Amino acid sequence: MVELTIDGTKIRTVEGTTVLEAAGEMGIVIPTLCYYPGLSPYGACRVCMVEVVKNNRSSLEASCTLPVEQGQVILTNSERVRKARKLIVELLLASCPNSKTLQDMASNMGINKIRFKIKDRGCILCGLCVRYCKEQMQSGGIGFIGRGTSRKVSTAFDVTPEECRNCGGCEWICPVCERACTAGNLIDGLCGGCQNLAPVETCPICTGCSESVGMQGHKVY
Amino acid sequence: MKNECDVVEVIINKYGGNHDSVIAILQDIQSEYHYLPETALRVVAKNLELPLIQVYGVATFFKAFSLKPRGEHLIKLCVGTACHVRGAQPALDEVKRQLGIEAGETTEDMMFTLETVNCLGACALGPIMVVGEEYHGEMSPKKIKKILSDYKKATRSRRHDEIRVGT
Repeated sequence: MVELTIDGTKIRTVEGTTVLEAAGEMGIVIPTLCYYPGLSPYGACRVCMVEVVKNNRSSLEASCTLPVEQGQVILTNSERVRKARKLIVELLLASCPNSKTLQDMASNMGINKIRFKIKDRGCILCGLCVRYCKEQMQSGGIGFIGRGTSRKVSTAFDVTPEECRNCGGCEWICPVCERACTAGNLIDGLCGGCQNLAPVETCPICTGCSESVGMQGHKVY
Repeated sequence: MKNECDVVEVIINKYGGNHDSVIAILQDIQSEYHYLPETALRVVAKNLELPLIQVYGVATFFKAFSLKPRGEHLIKLCVGTACHVRGAQPALDEVKRQLGIEAGETTEDMMFTLETVNCLGACALGPIMVVGEEYHGEMSPKKIKKILSDYKKATRSRRHDEIRVGT
């Protein structure tokens, strides 16, 4: 058993669990994208960033691949973490503006502008489909090919592999193609169409405002 | 293609059919055929009991591997900063003109493949050209013409000999 502190609360957990799982046990929600229970953690999307405080210094780590350590001090919702997450979701949205999962996440985080050039690549390389195919379906029909900017998910030689059983799991698990955002014109890279359908807390100060508020609500001055 | 499978299987057996030796196996196949044929990759995947995509992923990840047939001599011409300053562009133009191909292409007689690289770590010798394993430094259009014609001559006479021996 190891003892660590998450958001000021001490928790004892089994060695070998990840910080994300430990936080989940406590009921602390860390937004995730490329993490899926049952699949191996991958650490590709970096949405689950947390701040690890050590010797008066802190570093940002992906909590889904970070194993718990004795005496670790974790902050899951500090200013620095929120800022980093926002930037990451912005970057992901800039490469996949039609993903409903990402758009929802953006509205939950209170992002109101994408500052980057939007180029629809149709894939965020989270590796969910690849891991699902390999680990859940024991198939291994799809995988990553190429490197750097030309890296993409594909089948070998662009033909349907023998291993493929047409289960459709890769499409089902994909955060981009499964729940495509159908908004035609995106303002500042954000659709806003289903923003109000996103599970957000209503702001107690200005009830009925159309603006979405994140977990923190509006800032009160 | 039967013959090809046998050659690949010999290479695989040399490494004991270990999963870790995929890169070494692919390198050996590449030095045998100058590229990675599709059948060879399928044989590797089958014998190592790996999904084909995993072998394919490795083959596409490294620039050293090619899935397209390449010529006998691989010409790597450096167009990095130091070589560029020292005149890599005229040298590249000369190679293209001599062979009649663009960078990344192979001549029709399967003799040369031209590739540009960004640094070979021999900037003092720039512009540098590597043909197969041989390094040629301080390339000028004139020198390139001579070197390429030497290679052409040598390869042609060797091919002739091979045909003669074959018949």
